[in-house]
Amino acid sequence: MNRHLISIDDLSREDIERLLRRAESFAEVSGREIKKVPTLRGRTIVNLFYESSTRTSSSFELAAKRLSADTVSIKAQGSSVDKGESLKDTIQTLSAYDPAAIVIRSPYVGAADLVARWTAAAVVNAGDGKHEHPTQALLDLYTLRRRVGSLDGLRVWIVGDVLHSRVARSGIQAFARMGCRVTVCGPPTLIPRGIEALGCEVSHTLDGLHRADVVYALRMQHERMQGSFVPSLREYAARYQIDGRRLGPGQLLMHPGPVNRGVELSAEVIDSPQALIVEQVESGVVVRMAVLYELLTAQQPTGPRATAPDPSRQPA
Amino acid sequence: MNDLGRLDRAPVPDATVLVRGAHIVDPRTGIDGPGDLLVRDGEIAELGAPGSIPAPAGAEVVDAERLHAFPAFVDPHVHLRTPGREDEEDVETGTRAAAAGGYCAILAMPNTDPVVDSAAILRSLRDRARAEARIPTGFTASITVGMQGERLTEMAELADAGAVAFTDDGLPVRSAGIMRQALRYQQLAGRLLALHEEDPTLSAGGAMHEGAVSAVLGIAGIPSVSESTLVARDCELAGYEGGRIHVQHVSARRTVEVLERAKAAGVEVTAEASPHHLLLTDEAVRSLDTHFKMNPPLRSEDDRQAVIDGLRSGVLDCIATDHAPHSREEKEEPFELAPMGVTGLETAFAAVHTDLVLPGVLGLDLVVERLTAGCEPFGLPAPTIQKGAPANVCLVDLESQWMVGDSGYESRSANCAFGGRRLTGRVRMTIAAGAVAFRERSFAIEAVR
Repeated sequence: MNRHLISIDDLSREDIERLLRRAESFAEVSGREIKKVPTLRGRTIVNLFYESSTRTSSSFELAAKRLSADTVSIKAQGSSVDKGESLKDTIQTLSAYDPAAIVIRSPYVGAADLVARWTAAAVVNAGDGKHEHPTQALLDLYTLRRRVGSLDGLRVWIVGDVLHSRVARSGIQAFARMGCRVTVCGPPTLIPRGIEALGCEVSHTLDGLHRADVVYALRMQHERMQGSFVPSLREYAARYQIDGRRLGPGQLLMHPGPVNRGVELSAEVIDSPQALIVEQVESGVVVRMAVLYELLTAQQPTGPRATAPDPSRQPA
Repeated sequence: MNDLGRLDRAPVPDATVLVRGAHIVDPRTGIDGPGDLLVRDGEIAELGAPGSIPAPAGAEVVDAERLHAFPAFVDPHVHLRTPGREDEEDVETGTRAAAAGGYCAILAMPNTDPVVDSAAILRSLRDRARAEARIPTGFTASITVGMQGERLTEMAELADAGAVAFTDDGLPVRSAGIMRQALRYQQLAGRLLALHEEDPTLSAGGAMHEGAVSAVLGIAGIPSVSESTLVARDCELAGYEGGRIHVQHVSARRTVEVLERAKAAGVEVTAEASPHHLLLTDEAVRSLDTHFKMNPPLRSEDDRQAVIDGLRSGVLDCIATDHAPHSREEKEEPFELAPMGVTGLETAFAAVHTDLVLPGVLGLDLVVERLTAGCEPFGLPAPTIQKGAPANVCLVDLESQWMVGDSGYESRSANCAFGGRRLTGRVRMTIAAGAVAFRERSFAIEAVR
């Protein structure tokens, strides 16, 4: 595995399998009363969030804490970023604290990749613009695999605003890498030209939805109304909302959250046993623990038993 | 004494240089073979067979048997960043970069801070060029005040003050109505209208070409129709008003096709292609390297082939670099935030020579012609190599290989799309309007020996 996690494309199928197995071993920790292991004791993890986030930022923070790392969480508002500091200067400043990892979310494509060039820390992409959100895709795979076992040959439909979705871009690649057949579906204005290059098929109607094993609905953002991407949320819901009528009995439902109830999903399907939405959130912590563990302990020379870094190897 | 006399340059003494035994290529006169040429009193004083011209007293003699001599190039599309961003480029560094690329004349774009939209600003720039410019430099003025697209500048006064052309380069003239008025007013002001063609409602915040690569990266795309539809509009308007327009930096097949039809219909339209659109595609953007971010964006391989074909057939009249210096800090931002534009003066010939001439895609004579053809649409005479012509000559070693950026740049900025590439073909010396404007350092040492 790479030193950083920037894109799903960085991961082989074996890398993904190993991460998912590691996450399963951490799931056992999460079941304990004291949900902590000493693996990353004494190491520092910086969470740098240039965009608002609830799930991703809290689960990264929790994941780091459960691995006993020290965490520093920085949000763009109220920080030097607000004062016009460039990304490079911010990263060089934070790198002075010698963090083991920097977790970054940015509204801009490629931000995590840039950060990786400017720091000695391992870099985890927690979302870069509309490009990728690899840990979301990993937790989706983890959640789905826990429910169905093997992912090979599963038919996955990703429905909604693919154009603006980093979840979709990472998801298409991750599902495909694990042997799923992926179809993206949405109004033509929200499906980018050329998306087939990621290894998916395109449909503009839900007509073939019954063939799907998994329906993955994307968040429909209200601000998309301004760009004339859809004429109205009403018309969008009429054509693309996943409701009890459209979701077949054997199909599983996923959503990255937060859900717009009554837009992309109806209330009945959100709360149905077919929905994995709550499990997805739960998986966030253990999958991110696994990512941090694999990135930060892989370089340890003392082998798989390594927990904290050997103090004798630390610079004085 | 110089034919680019409408342009401005710092005062320099005329050089006396005898170039011996160079392979002289001038597509306009048909010369293609070894010869001697003597530069004296600002002109090509003698032209003859190798060894036929004796060295006058005090002449610098250049043994050029391994070199080619071309008419020096003309770039109608350069951003000198002056006034306002002298940290990125100024008249001195920009013209030095141009001379190093084999250019004897350039035209500077007016999208500076402040915009060149008044005679006062234009005059102060011309004064600057008369103090600092290494090669004749022409200044363009904006079509609309502040490039806001709302009111025409005082085009007649600006023309009298020396504006070589008018352009809102960097931005399109959004309103068809304003464009039409500019074309009508052109009958009074004269001067070409050079157009940056892009429908802002179609490029809507895009940062790269719309296609498979943008879909994968999640970067908003600029579709090729953003360019071609506005070119079609302006060709219609120019045809209707009998005006003359020049389409800058053509990037898309559709645009080439629109231009071909307009030219066939008799519209007075000329167009330029930039080295990066001739040589690179949106595949380069996969790296998210901001040195591949420019406007118009690098497009598909099909578009690139159409731009090459257009240059070959003459639908695209000339090569222009759109040399656009940016500071290192600005280009170190994430791709979507980084400014658009790359430098190109120092690499234009070498890059085109390496990737198009050496593989046999375009002939050397055609490339030399297109690198000099930037003057004619703007009413400037093209440099040629003939006896009595003003001395605008560049000497090029077509076999010399070099790593772009290895020994820095003459430009103050380093945002070159070809940085780190090994190119074949190096300009050794540039004579612009009778004076030596550039002499490559290692070559200078050899020449002294």
